[in-house]
Amino acid sequence: MDQTKNQAAPAGETPQAARPSLLGHLKSHVRDYGMLMTLVVIMALFEVLTDGTLMRPVNLTNLFLQNSYIIIMALGMLLVIVSGHIDLSVGSVVGFVGAAAAVMMVQWGWSTSVVVPVCLLMGCLIGAAQGYWIAYWQIPSFIVTLAGMLVFRGLTLAVLDGQSVGPFSSSFQLMSNGFIPDIFGVKRPNITAIALGVLAAGAILYLAIRARRRAKRYGIVDEPSLFFVIKNGLIACAIVYIAYLLATYRGLPNVLIIMALLISAYTFLTNRTTLGRRIYAIGGNVKAAKLSGINTERLTFFAFVNMGMLAALAGLIFAARLNTATPKAGVSFELDVIAAVFIGGASMSGGVGKIIGAVIGALIMGVMNNGMSILGIGIEWQQVIKGLVLLAAVIFDVVNKSKSR
Amino acid sequence: MQQDIILEMRGITKTFPGVKALNNVNLKVRRGEIHALCGENGAGKSTLMKVLSGVYPHGSYEGEIVYEGKPLSFGGIRDSEREGIIIIHQELALVPLLSIAENLFLGNEIASNGVIDWPEVYQRTEVLLKKVGLDEIATTPVEKLGVGKQQLVEIAKALAKDVKLLILDEPTAALQENDSQKLLDLLLEFRAQGISSILISHKLNEVSRVADSITVLRDGASVSSMDCHSEVVSEETIIRGMVGRDMQNRYPERTPQIGDTLLEIRDWNVWHPESASRQMIRNVNLSVAAGEVVGIAGLMGAGRTELAMSVFGRSYGRNISGSVHLRGQEIDVSTVRRAVDNGIAYVTEDRKSLGLVLDESILCNTTLANLPGVSSHGVIDEHEERRIAEEYREALHIRTPGVFQKVLNLSGGNQQKVVLSKWLFAKPDVLILDEPTRGIDVGAKFEIYSLINQLAADGKGVIIISSEMPELLGMCDRIYVMNEGAFLGELARDEASQEKIMSMIVKA
Repeated sequence: MDQTKNQAAPAGETPQAARPSLLGHLKSHVRDYGMLMTLVVIMALFEVLTDGTLMRPVNLTNLFLQNSYIIIMALGMLLVIVSGHIDLSVGSVVGFVGAAAAVMMVQWGWSTSVVVPVCLLMGCLIGAAQGYWIAYWQIPSFIVTLAGMLVFRGLTLAVLDGQSVGPFSSSFQLMSNGFIPDIFGVKRPNITAIALGVLAAGAILYLAIRARRRAKRYGIVDEPSLFFVIKNGLIACAIVYIAYLLATYRGLPNVLIIMALLISAYTFLTNRTTLGRRIYAIGGNVKAAKLSGINTERLTFFAFVNMGMLAALAGLIFAARLNTATPKAGVSFELDVIAAVFIGGASMSGGVGKIIGAVIGALIMGVMNNGMSILGIGIEWQQVIKGLVLLAAVIFDVVNKSKSR
Repeated sequence: MQQDIILEMRGITKTFPGVKALNNVNLKVRRGEIHALCGENGAGKSTLMKVLSGVYPHGSYEGEIVYEGKPLSFGGIRDSEREGIIIIHQELALVPLLSIAENLFLGNEIASNGVIDWPEVYQRTEVLLKKVGLDEIATTPVEKLGVGKQQLVEIAKALAKDVKLLILDEPTAALQENDSQKLLDLLLEFRAQGISSILISHKLNEVSRVADSITVLRDGASVSSMDCHSEVVSEETIIRGMVGRDMQNRYPERTPQIGDTLLEIRDWNVWHPESASRQMIRNVNLSVAAGEVVGIAGLMGAGRTELAMSVFGRSYGRNISGSVHLRGQEIDVSTVRRAVDNGIAYVTEDRKSLGLVLDESILCNTTLANLPGVSSHGVIDEHEERRIAEEYREALHIRTPGVFQKVLNLSGGNQQKVVLSKWLFAKPDVLILDEPTRGIDVGAKFEIYSLINQLAADGKGVIIISSEMPELLGMCDRIYVMNEGAFLGELARDEASQEKIMSMIVKA
């Protein structure tokens, strides 16, 4: 703490900007770091409780495969929730799209390269059908998507005729069970995986340093430099370490790459684009947004179309992972997705929430699921614990907010 | 003369953070009289009544209230109701979907052990309805009634609570002429039965018709009390009392340089968004020239905000007819986006709920109406956005540690400047400023006035809607006077005075 206090003010910094102190900074960002810390603590806890099984390469790989569809849907759900709505239908959409894909591939013999775009388009249309009523007729999203949840679950059963349909072609399975091959030919450890991990860590470090430089130039640094170094150092190390662990098994799963690309894209969308900015404005104050000339209806509509597409993608990945489409696929996924977004710090009333928060929220849920399963805790107690964690996270938010007022 | 005083409020002072809403106000009401309370918007009438009815509990104000000969200390509105002091607000407090009978006894149900005695309820409802002269069935849902009848239900509700002192806040503001007459007759009837009432009204003809005495409030102080029976009180006397304040506010000097006509609104008509038969704006014609500052004067509810919002992207009302012209060309203002693109900006009177995203930063709010101005291909240029936000922060003297500060944490004056920044950055030709200085301190007011003058000097057209008449008189080249949705006329700068505007409104 003393170190940070003794630093000279960088040139160009506005005089009234207070010198960031480590403690003060932590206090004002308790929610942001709290999430990450919680994830680390939970991982450490299960690592100990499971005698090191959690972080074993094979389990870590499974952890990503198991949670990819939740994380992918959490990205779309974040936009929906930030815009002040909710989507309860995503679980049923996962089931329906998986079923449709199975029928197209297994029964009609369509190829993967046709089925995937058709299914994604179908997801968009499902999102559009629901978003239309929500955006242009102001019908509460809770009602519309509750109806969607029933409709698409019913259609899943109807399409599959109550049976499981499979197996899929191997090219389709690759989406979920495939790995990035080692171009260096070593295979174990997978050098490509390590290289990509190092690359990703480097990119994150580069972006963080660039952003901090820029912030410094404008005199808006609110993060003590010691803290900045430690935080980003740890994140970079963690990424390289995880990449290394995965490399010692089969390398990077394809789905992890899809996920990483989507997370980057949506982070960019929410932070840097006019589209993202406007969605936050709608959730923050829809009337003010409207009176600022923002087409609130169209953006709400977009949020649901986007959600439908991501739910369809999740449906494909889930079906590919099970290698069969079942009528039960996706049941109660919506709850996990919504819980992930709220654990990640989004606000029920809209306007607040971050992509990275939703991802961490999904990982917290995923690690708990995985860890508790390894420990052999029954599904009934798993649910109880997950419910309490969700409640605790939101209570923490509310208490934290009322304190700062 | 020995008088039977039912209520005396002595030296009432009520302070809100930064504002003295009431300053040493005195009010004396005799038993069985109708006492009128007059004053401009913001003179403190409603605040005084909230003090009386316990909305502001004892201890949150200074001064004392003597009622029925004993001092009062209400902790809440239930205490005042127990003493028979009932207030009927301008906004009716009825539950639209419940029946008349249910509304009459809401919170005051005739019940034993929580079980409602319906026969008794209906019987008493009938008696009460007869008293107020309302010929309706007790089970009719309140939403089926017109505003006038709803007003009567409110009064019947007051009677159900055994009222001794009835307070009516602008009871006839939303009523048609004959409904108003009926209501005033009812007040006269109550007077005969010994019920006292306090009537808050802007309509001076009504006041002179029924009032026994009149108290005038101005700027939070009681300026005069008049007894209508011992002296002749003319409407002019009341108006002088209402507006005759010292010109203590200062307005920056400006030499108007008025150019060609910039914006014209022609034959503008608007109907109420919910009740299709209510016309809110009637045949309004307005023009503003480049470099001109035009004011719209009127009382609350005159339709000024509705006019502005209906022009700004049809944000209010329906069945809108009429046309808007910019530099002689008709322009499309059917959505906010189009209105903005065609050079119109509207700075709302309600900055917190309509003007700002409170949880976002100054930066985000500044660029919200013109994001394309800081982005290319939908990607925001953070440097440029930051530069713009800083530029406006400096130009408008927004006092804050930085543009990343949430607007939630700013003072009213600084918040207003953020809203103004947003609309200045949208680069409009015409700015409609709705109550631009409401709730902000004198210093910030002066800065905003200077900014308005600067805008006019830059050749923009400015329309100011304000309830503060000195502000309009001090700032505007021309003032339109509006009442009940129509323009009553316009006054040039040198012929306008507060008395003229007020008498135009109250005599309409």
